[in-house]
Amino acid sequence: MNNLQPLSSPHGHAGSKTSQVMLQVLLACVPGTAALWFFFGYGVLINLVWLTALAVALEALVMLLRKRPVLFYLRDYSAVVTAVLLALALPPATPWWLGLTGILFAIVIAKHLFGGLGCNPFNPAMAGYAALLIAYPAPMTRWLLPQAVTHALPDLATAFDFFLDRDVHGHIDAFTGATALDKFRQQHGAQLVSEFWQSTKVMGQWSGAGWEWVNAGFLYGGLYLLYKKIITWHIPVGFLLAIAILAALFYDGGSSQSHGSPLMHLFAGGTMLGAFFIATDPVTAATSSKGRLIYGALTGSIVFVIRAFGAYPDGVAFAILIGNMAVPMIDRFTRPRTFGHSP
Amino acid sequence: MTSATPKLWNCAGGIHPPANKQQSLQGCIRTAVLPPQLIVPVTQPLNNPPQLCVHIGERVHKGQLLAQGSSHPGLAAHAPAAGKVTAITEHQVPGMSGVPELCVVIDTDATDTTWPKLPVLDYLHTDSDALIQRVADAGISGLGGAGYPAHSKLQSALHKVDTLVLNATECEPYISADEALLQQHAETVLNGCLILLQITGATRCLIGIEDSKPQAISALRSHAYDPRLQVMVIPALYPSGAERQLIYTLTGKEIPTGSWPVDCGVLCHNVGTAFAVARAVMHGEVLVSRVTTITGAALAQAANYEVLIGTPLASLLQQSGLDTTKLSRLISGGPLMGIELPHAGLPVTKLTNCIIATTGQELPTPPPAQACIRCGYCAQVCPIHLLPQQLYWFARSHELEQAQAHNLKDCIDCGACAYVCPSHIPLVQYFRAAKAELVQAHDQRLRAAHSKQRFEAHQQRVASELALTEQRRAERTTLAKQQPATTNSSSTAAQDAVAAALARVHARKAALKPAAADNKDPPP
Repeated sequence: MNNLQPLSSPHGHAGSKTSQVMLQVLLACVPGTAALWFFFGYGVLINLVWLTALAVALEALVMLLRKRPVLFYLRDYSAVVTAVLLALALPPATPWWLGLTGILFAIVIAKHLFGGLGCNPFNPAMAGYAALLIAYPAPMTRWLLPQAVTHALPDLATAFDFFLDRDVHGHIDAFTGATALDKFRQQHGAQLVSEFWQSTKVMGQWSGAGWEWVNAGFLYGGLYLLYKKIITWHIPVGFLLAIAILAALFYDGGSSQSHGSPLMHLFAGGTMLGAFFIATDPVTAATSSKGRLIYGALTGSIVFVIRAFGAYPDGVAFAILIGNMAVPMIDRFTRPRTFGHSP
Repeated sequence: MTSATPKLWNCAGGIHPPANKQQSLQGCIRTAVLPPQLIVPVTQPLNNPPQLCVHIGERVHKGQLLAQGSSHPGLAAHAPAAGKVTAITEHQVPGMSGVPELCVVIDTDATDTTWPKLPVLDYLHTDSDALIQRVADAGISGLGGAGYPAHSKLQSALHKVDTLVLNATECEPYISADEALLQQHAETVLNGCLILLQITGATRCLIGIEDSKPQAISALRSHAYDPRLQVMVIPALYPSGAERQLIYTLTGKEIPTGSWPVDCGVLCHNVGTAFAVARAVMHGEVLVSRVTTITGAALAQAANYEVLIGTPLASLLQQSGLDTTKLSRLISGGPLMGIELPHAGLPVTKLTNCIIATTGQELPTPPPAQACIRCGYCAQVCPIHLLPQQLYWFARSHELEQAQAHNLKDCIDCGACAYVCPSHIPLVQYFRAAKAELVQAHDQRLRAAHSKQRFEAHQQRVASELALTEQRRAERTTLAKQQPATTNSSSTAAQDAVAAALARVHARKAALKPAAADNKDPPP
């Protein structure tokens, strides 16, 4: 009783917490992560642990420099989410300095130089990924071949060798190769889709071997987020619909000029991770329902355009960043009509 | 009887907080014990000065007029019990502003002498003006929320509305005063509705009640024999009982911002108001008591009480078995829009529908706010379709123009946004502050415009005077130039005038001298 400063209403609360939101997102990453681990081996876990540790340390350091309570801000787990998303996007045989550079860019530059959580206009994980892709294109596009293709993933010791940038046996090239999307892009114009599918082992049932299951895993996790009402359906639906529609338009009946079927694109590369986990980052996405639909469709369209006509095999990171730039404008033009106001 | 499932319109947003109404609905409405002292607020709407009808030391009878409005709209206040007026002073009351209000303090005695009641009216054969006058004489204000004098609201609705909406939703958690009133006195409440229909000339009365109140619904249904009364059961959702939201849910009419429901042919009154109107018209009783929910985990027994206006909260809490060791906060109203009170010495007013004596476990103080992650949960629950996450930035950075462009003024303070905010940001507090800033900026603009107007008028006046002087001078010059031939005669005339003026000056000086000398003398 007798508080000096009476509290403002409301006095009750639903009990949700930002940390819980972040933890749910992490939990929803589990199926996709498990699939990645299964198909690409220990490198996935090494990336996850390394980047998470770095992200927490960097977040703490920045909070010390900004003279903020360190533990209070670490406990929102936003840095962990950024680290996990970046780690899941990185190739699983990357040297330690690549991850360090990426997370440094993500946490320090993309997040805290813009004001910290909630103030960053660009998705930190994708900003870090894009910076790496531009600065180090070679290691960033050197993906391990999935387990379904090689039947021989690097063991833990080899994975650590790759991590420590010690290619002692000179056999990293034996494990790596172009991803399904990359190969598909390279053969464009040479073969019918069906011929290509038979000529290479990197293609699976509907999409890239292994990748289709990774995407299925992230789809499953994404549906969990929808069920838990952590995210709304607008961004993923806009994102996936745009990819599917554009892919259908440019499918060309599976000719040599085809850019691939909708199903191939939906389950290839970072589609599902992008649709449910990255594009839905609320800080950098549009806010209203209509705006989110537009934002999702815009980023999805750019993903397809980059895949089909760009220089990179996948385009989720750049699509998200370009979408982020459009967010203020989308927000400006999609404000919902206030109750009692004429449209 | 009621019509078969009438159409409802769905309101946007909303939340489903735990109702917590059963605690206070265990028994009948109890009559609160007469406290030794009553502190009756007599402040008038719009801060008009009250016209006091009693003086300190006077003995008053129950129902005697204490004060009334000196100008429209006034609100009469009556003595809730017999006793002696010991003070007329400013006293803190449960209110948003926290500004003390003028109160008449009555030391009650057990004599229970009663002022003669007003004559009973047969409302079917009484004209609207007389009925409105009765509502005014009984000192009835809206008992739901804003507390605007009921007779003013009725006057403004006269012959303008076709629909009367009875707000029986009571959608905020903990509050069960209206529900208890309906369970026990549905017939009187419905009589109040019929009187309000008679006054306004409205053709139907839509009674909006949440489906979470089955007992009250059946009580209403069993007494709503008049075909004009339609009991409309709406899904429980906070804040479905906000006036404009309820009107939309029941009628599909969206009251445009800036206009009032009566402009759209709808008048909305609360259950408690209808009850008070029925008592005033059919029994000649003035409003000296109301039903108030006394609840919260710090009490041994929560209940609804019929409370005399002016009863100190401490007296009510004591009757409910307050455990002071458990009490963390005292809230007037519900947990979502209620006001935290500084102490229990404040009196019950005509607007006090609920008092929550809460513990730290029941309604914990919020943890420090985290960063806004723009998750948009607030926008999903906003009943007005505002974007609280955007408004929050504007409020924080004092971008008033942006806040206004995003319709901050339409915010109804319902608190749904802050209730769901995972970062525990006190959004309502930010919005209230920004709204106050908007009002202040508006006042400042008005003052500036007024000053500018005055300055410009002054400039114009000066300029026109100058122009007039110039014109006269020019006229004189031209006149002088036109009569050069008469120079001699005019100069002699001028000399004469000068001599005359000098003579006058000398004469005045001579007259002044003795007077000045007199002034210097010391007074006799």
